[in-house]
Amino acid sequence: MRGAKRLAALFAIALVATGCSGIGASPAPSMITSVGDGEGKLSVLAWPGYVEDGTTSPDVDWVTPFETETGCQVTVQTFGTSDEAFTLFQTNPEQYDVISASGDASLRLVAGGFVQPVNVDIVPSYAEIFPDLKDKDYNTVDGVHYGIPHGRGANILMWRTDEVTTPPTKWAEIFDPASPYAGKFSVYDAPIYIADAAVVLMASRPELNIKNPYSLDDTQFQAAVDLLKAQKPAVGEYWGDYTKQISSFQNGNTVIGTTWQVIANVLQSSDPPTPVEVVKPEEGSTGWSDTWMVNSKTKNINCAYKFLNHITSAPVNIQIAEYFGEAPGNSKSCALATNPDHCTIFHAEDTAYWTDVWYWTTPVADCLDGRTDVKCKDFAAWVEAWTQIKAA
Amino acid sequence: MRQGRGGRLALGIVTLLILLFIYVPIALIFVYSFNAGDTPAWPPTGATLRWWGVAIQNTALQQAFLTSLAAALGATAIALVLGTLAAIGVSRYEFFGRESISFIAVLPIALPGIVTGMALSTTFAQIDLPLGFMAIVVGHATFCIVIVYNNAIARLRRVSHSIEEASADLGADTWTTFRYITFPAIRSAMLAGALLAFALSFDEVIVTIFMAGGVKTLPIWIFQSFRLNNQVPLVNVAGVVAILLSVVPVYIATRISSSAVGART
Amino acid sequence: MPRMTLNTGDRSTSVPSSSRRLATWLYARPRTRLSALLAGPTGWLVIVYLGSLAFLFLNAFFTRDAFSGATIYQPTAANFVRLLSDPYPGITLRTVLMAAAVTLSCAALALPIAYFMARVIPARFRSAMVVAVIVPLWASYLIKVYSWRIILAEEGILNELLRPIGLRGPGFGDVAVWLVFTYLWLPYMILPVYAGLERIPDSLLEASADLGGRSWVTFRRVVLPLVLPALVAGSIFTFSLTLGDYIAPAQVSTTIFIGNAIYSNFGAGNLPLAAALSIVPLAIVLLYLLVARRLGAFEAL
Repeated sequence: MRGAKRLAALFAIALVATGCSGIGASPAPSMITSVGDGEGKLSVLAWPGYVEDGTTSPDVDWVTPFETETGCQVTVQTFGTSDEAFTLFQTNPEQYDVISASGDASLRLVAGGFVQPVNVDIVPSYAEIFPDLKDKDYNTVDGVHYGIPHGRGANILMWRTDEVTTPPTKWAEIFDPASPYAGKFSVYDAPIYIADAAVVLMASRPELNIKNPYSLDDTQFQAAVDLLKAQKPAVGEYWGDYTKQISSFQNGNTVIGTTWQVIANVLQSSDPPTPVEVVKPEEGSTGWSDTWMVNSKTKNINCAYKFLNHITSAPVNIQIAEYFGEAPGNSKSCALATNPDHCTIFHAEDTAYWTDVWYWTTPVADCLDGRTDVKCKDFAAWVEAWTQIKAA
Repeated sequence: MRQGRGGRLALGIVTLLILLFIYVPIALIFVYSFNAGDTPAWPPTGATLRWWGVAIQNTALQQAFLTSLAAALGATAIALVLGTLAAIGVSRYEFFGRESISFIAVLPIALPGIVTGMALSTTFAQIDLPLGFMAIVVGHATFCIVIVYNNAIARLRRVSHSIEEASADLGADTWTTFRYITFPAIRSAMLAGALLAFALSFDEVIVTIFMAGGVKTLPIWIFQSFRLNNQVPLVNVAGVVAILLSVVPVYIATRISSSAVGART
Repeated sequence: MPRMTLNTGDRSTSVPSSSRRLATWLYARPRTRLSALLAGPTGWLVIVYLGSLAFLFLNAFFTRDAFSGATIYQPTAANFVRLLSDPYPGITLRTVLMAAAVTLSCAALALPIAYFMARVIPARFRSAMVVAVIVPLWASYLIKVYSWRIILAEEGILNELLRPIGLRGPGFGDVAVWLVFTYLWLPYMILPVYAGLERIPDSLLEASADLGGRSWVTFRRVVLPLVLPALVAGSIFTFSLTLGDYIAPAQVSTTIFIGNAIYSNFGAGNLPLAAALSIVPLAIVLLYLLVARRLGAFEAL
């Protein structure tokens, strides 16, 4: 729990800092003790594919039943990166009632006072969540829970089977400027992607001794940045919207890159379909573990709690997991999967698989891997470096 | 000036090529709005009216369209009033700082939209004004003022003072002079300015993104639709409709403003 | 002919109407009249617009805690120092060069077509041509950019068309950005140049021909200087619109321009740095406007 203590200290400092700012910071309200009647509406900020209400495809809908049952009318807004989600919250502090936050946004939201503690005792689904998703650094601060775990997934490597002749097996292949596909790499457009370069270095340059790709000291960080700068000329596109990557693969501008399973699913099921395959490369992967969180300023607290319960309940959780392509967070959902192998494929119950998946986490100066003899690069340094890499 | 036939032909061909350049991407939008497939891949896979059907029933699209219309009307109205007042003031009076007004009026349109958008939205947030429809109107009006102002002042410079002075000599008060003398003279310039301002506001993206706070104008709907895989084909339909709807007003505006242009002698 | 009927009936009553009393009062006070006219517009422009600009730049003196997103209200010049260090000078230069290139190509394309419209085709077709040039402005900016994405794509139209003759399109990249910007802002250049060319009296051109000047000489020595203010007026749009745009470059290239840098910093929640960065395009545009005004562009807008 040492991570939690450090984060609690940071949290305290941040609270003091935000106390002077005036915008977006307020002490977290006390948690409700029971869920009452719905307020009639709910505004959700979510990853694309998480909150489907039939508009993408009529048979992909787990929102309308919720609206009918609770009377809470749901409006959804999607975002492309955690940074975008955080900024949306920051500039519109009262707009969204609920958010699906990955580990690199959740703590920042807590530190900024944007989300409130969640009373997990009154969310029945919480009891069914996999134990190794509970009480993690990114969703629990000082013993206080800030949301309900959703599920987890890995960033994977995708390629067009009609353009790339030999199926790739390593991330290093899209960091190689001499690759035959140079100029057509598709890369995620967010500072957190530096961790992906670090993952490559963990395998290709063991002398750097990187133990955690979010915990990089000056030397390790510089190596990652250099790798990314070398990659830049070979990058065909940086994607921050998943539709951008979809259209790039459809048009042939990019033929290989880092992706989410849902994107591959869409490409394969479009009309006409684009032939793609995916793989989780040998070096391991970055990934994400998401938490449903509640706005500290929400006026629709009951609808929010009802939604949290609904979206993490077994039948709904598995629908999302199968649609998006990730491991569900609810342990009872695997039995309900349409594809009986889904949980095996996505390693929902396989703890060993996740040991080389590095969930998105916000880098901080106190090294996350426990080192105390050096300082690690914090999020501000990552953001700065990312601008430099892209502007090269 | 008489060019040789060769010169005129060459110019004609170049013009044709340029027009082609201008219209091929537009033509593509038309083509893809009928595309049977749901991807932007080339070539289109077949023809269908499916997207048109979906678009007509899409309430979000209709709502966005109406919102854009309302915002543009509001912004144009404000710009009309403020732009004309400023034009009259600057063209009819001598005063210190006269040149600066033209300069300041141009700034909102000359400075990058992102700067205007960030400035306005941050100020709104700090003084606790809500973002939303009124914020959009304020943002748009700010850069539309100069359009009306430029058109009005160009015309006012061509309309001589003496008619207005004569009117005053004959006993007409300020309002009468304006109503019967000045206004008819600048009316068509104001209209041309208003139409151009309307067009600018209707299609504006960047400032609108900063001021919208959840309200969806048509450009914002388009922007968000590009990020949702299923909505992309609908966007082409929206684009075609916007173009078709604009032809008549633009034609009218052109006739009005050109009819008042002085003869070339 | 404007109507000149005055209601002489008013004079027969002994008490003038209140509006006439107000008009008379105003007539004697030209400065009050002026203030009344200018109060609204200048108030709006100065208070609303300049005021919020000033407020934005105030923010540039603060910094931000990257983790929690909170602003740290301690004045510092740190952001401005950042502006001077890598990669921002490079980004700025790249953006200015692109804006200049776009302006030149827009001017090069606008002149022939505007000349054709203004002086070659008969007057009755001119309105139709102007409409033809303006209507594309109504197609949404975003849709036009996406249209170019399809055109320039690897498996897109341009490559398909050029393949039989063994060529390839420019694909995505800086050339694509230049193409797209030229396309987007071309109407903004054509319109003022057309208006400028239309205003040139026939007699001047005939005189030049009479004096023995052939087409090209007349163009260079008579037409071009006369149309220069219009060109500069159009260039205000092409230059400044290119300078701050971030949407088009992100769609057809991986290049970062100053607008992208500002937006990504704002998107990352770092308003102070974004505000400081905004000074760059602001200063450039102000400079450009001052030069443009000197060249008479403001009368040609």
